[in-house]
Amino acid sequence: MEIFNHNSNIPFLGMRKYSIAIAIFLMLASIALIATKGLNYGLDFTGGVSMRVDYAQPVQVADVRAALTHGGLRDAVVQSLGGTREVTIRFQPKEDPGAVQANGKVNLDRVAADVMKMLQGVRPDAKLKGRDFVSAEVGAELKSDGTLAALFVILGIMAYLWIRFERRFAIAAVATEIHDVLVTLGIIALVQREFDMTVLASVLAVIGYSINDKVVVFDRIRELFRLARKAEPEEILNRSINNTLSRTIITSLFTSITMGALYFIGGAVVSGFAVTMLIGILVGTLSSIFVASPILLWLGVSKKDLMPVTRDNPELARRP
Amino acid sequence: MSDFPRWKYALVALVMLFGVLYALPNAFIPLSAVQVSANHGAAPVDQALQQKVQSALTSQHIPNDGVQVQGDHLLVAFANTDVQKSGSDAIKAALGDDYTVAFKLESTVPGWLRAIGARSMPLGLDLQGGVHFLMQVDQSGVVDKQESSYADDIRSLLREKNIRYESVARDAKGGRGIVVVLGSAKDRSTASDLIANQYPDINVSDGPSTSDRFVLNAVIKPDKLRSIARDAITQNLSTLRNRINALGVSEPLIQQQGEDHIVVDLAGVQDPTEAKKLIGTVATLQYRPGVVDVGGHLAAEAARTGNVPPEDALYYMRGTKQPVLVSKKIIVTGNELTNANSGIDSRSGTPNVSVTLNATGARKMLDFTTDNVGKPMAVVYVETTYDTKVVDGKEVRVPRVSESVINDATIQSPFSNQFETSGLGSPQEAHELALLLKGGAFAAPVDIVEEGVIGASLGQDNIKTGFKAVLLGLALVLLAAAIYYKLFGLVADIALFFNLVILVAVMSMIGVTLTMPGIAGIVLTLGMAIDANVLICERVREELRNGSSPHASIRAGYEKAWSTILDANVTHLIAALALITMGSGAIKGFGVTLMIGILTSLFTSVTLTHAFTALIHGHRKLKTLSV
Repeated sequence: MEIFNHNSNIPFLGMRKYSIAIAIFLMLASIALIATKGLNYGLDFTGGVSMRVDYAQPVQVADVRAALTHGGLRDAVVQSLGGTREVTIRFQPKEDPGAVQANGKVNLDRVAADVMKMLQGVRPDAKLKGRDFVSAEVGAELKSDGTLAALFVILGIMAYLWIRFERRFAIAAVATEIHDVLVTLGIIALVQREFDMTVLASVLAVIGYSINDKVVVFDRIRELFRLARKAEPEEILNRSINNTLSRTIITSLFTSITMGALYFIGGAVVSGFAVTMLIGILVGTLSSIFVASPILLWLGVSKKDLMPVTRDNPELARRP
Repeated sequence: MSDFPRWKYALVALVMLFGVLYALPNAFIPLSAVQVSANHGAAPVDQALQQKVQSALTSQHIPNDGVQVQGDHLLVAFANTDVQKSGSDAIKAALGDDYTVAFKLESTVPGWLRAIGARSMPLGLDLQGGVHFLMQVDQSGVVDKQESSYADDIRSLLREKNIRYESVARDAKGGRGIVVVLGSAKDRSTASDLIANQYPDINVSDGPSTSDRFVLNAVIKPDKLRSIARDAITQNLSTLRNRINALGVSEPLIQQQGEDHIVVDLAGVQDPTEAKKLIGTVATLQYRPGVVDVGGHLAAEAARTGNVPPEDALYYMRGTKQPVLVSKKIIVTGNELTNANSGIDSRSGTPNVSVTLNATGARKMLDFTTDNVGKPMAVVYVETTYDTKVVDGKEVRVPRVSESVINDATIQSPFSNQFETSGLGSPQEAHELALLLKGGAFAAPVDIVEEGVIGASLGQDNIKTGFKAVLLGLALVLLAAAIYYKLFGLVADIALFFNLVILVAVMSMIGVTLTMPGIAGIVLTLGMAIDANVLICERVREELRNGSSPHASIRAGYEKAWSTILDANVTHLIAALALITMGSGAIKGFGVTLMIGILTSLFTSVTLTHAFTALIHGHRKLKTLSV
């Protein structure tokens, strides 16, 4: 079975002015969105309220969850503590808008009272044992570590591509990579999807996925340059994209199938991860086709940069 | 087929066997159990203790699945977490404070699998829950420490400026500041200005005075006190993170609750007793000037009469219990070191801890040792433990600080940032101390006020739908590959299945904690792993189109795709490595999954599929390929 015509020769490079313009626009828009709307951080980043509730009779955690969801606390984390008669509940106070005062401070007693009302409506034997603010689960060091890791990825990938390919490939790959991550984050900020640790992991996975995609095309570009007797860069780049097009799209489709299943039926925990990945796959695939190669062309890639280094014997060269 | 050597078939078969064996333990569900181990100084775990525990359980009619002695601890198995809880309460009541009683999940993996080192992946807090500790941070302890250090500073400041003082001491009741007693009103006003200038965080005021005693009260400002308390919690949190990382527990939950509590939830803890010791112990080293005391006569005298010179303190040697005099001055404490490792001292053959100091510590140590060659230096081991006492009918946890000298030796030559400390009781103790020192000291003493089992943070229905989605996603990809690439697609499917098996096997061996996001990561890894097969199949198709023979197409397809696959995977690997070095819980776990997945998929997608393809097509004359 074949979906794609293997002789296709779509002039992707011909549209480079438009595709790059769109890419730059998307990046700027994403930066603006992240700066203005911001990311909707989840409980593990912000911390929130923690309550402990005692029951006179054994209680099912699922019932407690149902009571909270019914009352409007959709993202509360409920866990049994010790046996079957005590539970802890953690949630972001913004889920209970009535308790957030005008100055942004949270009335802890009000939150606790609201939640107890929800619980006692179903089970009158529920009793509040304690309530407190809890800090974020991830330490502040994640931010500095994260920046460092991003830098490490960029430098590492650049160094590898520089050695295995050439300087221009390294620059083009990293530039496209930054575009992919920014646009993915921009879309998450736009739709205000909750940004928690799993979504962060997913964003970082997008980096891995999209670099994979770019390298496949770059590999073909190098191969075609080396094979071609007369190498017109634009034509070589275009042929490389077309030759790998089938693979680029099939791989994206296969990966999307798994993530789609997670998104549609996987439930709340994995849907954030899956949808971020889906966005990332789409952005990464498009940028592999439309953005990476035009950058390469502008940087002035040529055949002679890619020929294998012939091992000249310095001794011989010195002889007259 | 000639271009696929026999040893590679053997390798593929071996790796497949390895994968199945080491992934197998995950099919066995662990038991709820309670683990009992002896604290320092208590009678060791033996048959008598086993009898005691058994009778305690029987008298309270708590059903159990057996009490067993396992090495240096006792293990009691229960049918479910409810019985486990009441069982633990009964055992604790029967044994008292001498033994640590902790919850444990006991593996049910058969012995022959465990014998080859196979074990199941621990499940994360979201899937299975874990052990839960609530710790109270004793903030008055930090204030005490800060006041003592200010008192030391003021003493040396006054000495430096040649101001005679009668005494500099913390207020007897504690938490009320430092009382400086001077000889004249003039000295007092000079001292007052000096202190106020030197230490802007201290409020200085005149106290009541008599004809020859002029009192000056130095109190830490409330703002500073608040920031000390806040910093103490922050440092305790990061110390806990370090220590738990050292334990090798992945994806713990560590968060501050309220003003002065810290919550620690650990998933899949293999040894809760060690975890409890490590997160709760407050132990550190202090390096102090020793007192020249040949034969120990001075110390013996001081111990007998109770007359200890005011600048010194009387301690006892660990083990020999001999009295030792040590200066009250502290050169360096455990807070000032950057690294610690346990080992065996090459000369004396006793366990030791080798220590690396930070820059300030190293400078202080160099200054001291340069000036004091030939004089003794003592190492004091300070440990804070908590005792439960009943006061006015209420249970109160009272801190008890025990200090002992583990080493008192003459300085042979000056040293600065690296040195060794010997004199510890056992290699185990040296190891624990090194871990504690490396993790950093607690800024404030902590006490575990509550511990228990915590349930899964995800509902059973959530877990079920999650698994369903994972299976459906994988099934769809397998189907799509088989339809699109026919026979080659089926081979890729086999590779994908074994990729999953080997990935799970390696993750189990390393002991990666499995969480729901982790499962999503596995699925993603598999979804991306098929990329290598797509690359190979597309190449084979291309070769066929260019008119190569089927066998030549397979060979060329694998050869040409390999360089692409390698480049793509190495760059991907760099990205995964970065996630691991970030080191924070969920992200790190995800990075580990990704990295193992990339490595296993390199093998399964290329070598394993090549073996299968060669096996299928090898000895036949082919007209076409099913790709």
